Amino acid sequence: MSPSSSSNALPQSVYNPRRHVGIHAERISDVSSTEYPGHYPNEDHSWNLDVFKQNLQVKVQRLSQRSIEFDLVGVDASIANAFRRILIAEVPTLAIEHVYVWNNTSVIHDEILAHRLGLVPLNADPALMEYRTPTGINAQPNDRNTLVFQLKVECSRAPRGSGKEYINDEVKSGDLVWVPQGEQGSVFADKPPAPTNKNIVLAKLRPGQEIDMELHATKNVGKEHAKWSPVATASYRLHPLIVLNPEKPIPPHLAQKFASCFSPGVVKIGDHGEVRVLIDERGMRNDSVSREVLRHEEFAGCVELKRIRDWFIFSVESEGPYEPERMLPEAIKIMREKLSSIRTAAEALLSGGNEGGDIPPSRTEGADVEMADS
Amino acid sequence: MSEVPPKLQILKGAEADLSAATYQIYDESHTVGNALRWMLMKNPKVSFCGYSVPHPSENHIHLRVQMYDNLSSLEALLEALNNLDNLCDTIEESYSSSLAEGSFERWDEKS
Repeated sequence: MSPSSSSNALPQSVYNPRRHVGIHAERISDVSSTEYPGHYPNEDHSWNLDVFKQNLQVKVQRLSQRSIEFDLVGVDASIANAFRRILIAEVPTLAIEHVYVWNNTSVIHDEILAHRLGLVPLNADPALMEYRTPTGINAQPNDRNTLVFQLKVECSRAPRGSGKEYINDEVKSGDLVWVPQGEQGSVFADKPPAPTNKNIVLAKLRPGQEIDMELHATKNVGKEHAKWSPVATASYRLHPLIVLNPEKPIPPHLAQKFASCFSPGVVKIGDHGEVRVLIDERGMRNDSVSREVLRHEEFAGCVELKRIRDWFIFSVESEGPYEPERMLPEAIKIMREKLSSIRTAAEALLSGGNEGGDIPPSRTEGADVEMADS
Repeated sequence: MSEVPPKLQILKGAEADLSAATYQIYDESHTVGNALRWMLMKNPKVSFCGYSVPHPSENHIHLRVQMYDNLSSLEALLEALNNLDNLCDTIEESYSSSLAEGSFERWDEKS
């Protein structure tokens, strides 16, 4: 197929079959990249930063105040997946971890309410806080590692004629009151810590019932508990590619049916003297790749469904303190921190003499650490 | 609270010249394991590279590296770490310039 030469066309290189993942009726093919040194004769696929720079393309597509969609083209799945995993599990946020219940006469149990409170996303910048640690100065709560909120709500009957029956019959996230500790008043002066959404219903009360709690929020990451995950979703999909077979065009009377096999905007029916089916190269991006077209015998051999293996369409919904456009840089920062901590250890191993592996893995120790952490 | 295990250690059975070795990396997962595996495989001096997560409740990964010509796998590991760092830097630069360019759709999302 020869793509149209308009400015809307995708780069010709997307038709390179080596970049394609095949999509068939009941299976997919060519999932893994094969571009490694020694795989293709007389081709050098060793790591080369300049070549990588040339092929890399990062482009922000859509941005709102809560989510971002961007394309990452020219990287291996292992890299794209590393960023996705870090976004979900290793970018720190703050969440309520300890709940001290002074009084709770509502119908919702203490532990259920405490769990709900933990899941409330907070807007406080994690960079201003430190992690709680098992030992050292951060073993105890202090103004560097803990934010304190108060939740004190009492329900009563509303006066007659006020138009409503109760006062405070719904406890909402907006009822959390931040209580600054130590120097927090000045550190958080620009943006006082609060839930990102004031309208989350936490409990319902009736006259005479009350809730009185002290809440301690700490810094942690999503792999400890999902409440610390800064994203609602962070996912990617591969760019769809639909290739028509020039040897076997779609019969004009089936053009409408063919178009309805794809998402709206993917198939264009040209009408220059004759009815002709065209694929909109930009519309292709939005195809759901439902494989519907493969179910109809009359279209067999007319079209190939593919995806582009190194074209990742990321979609990230930020639900915490970070603006959506700040998410990827945060993930990259954490990836680089991980790499540098391994590098420090590897350099120490290199300079400390190659003892050649007589250190047995400390299994029992590892297990103890696991238990203590969770 | 017992002692924290070392970040990186060489498991028993490695060649004396480290031309073949399995590394245990503490507090890492598929995130780093797969990326490191890919970058090591991009090195033509590496004959084999693979990683595993031996058990889901043990907080470490194993990374196996075998080299051609009796070269040191530890040096290959360091090189891969540096290359990955450059890769991250390149992606961030490219992302920032796309963001600064501002040629994307802005829309208002109701919450």
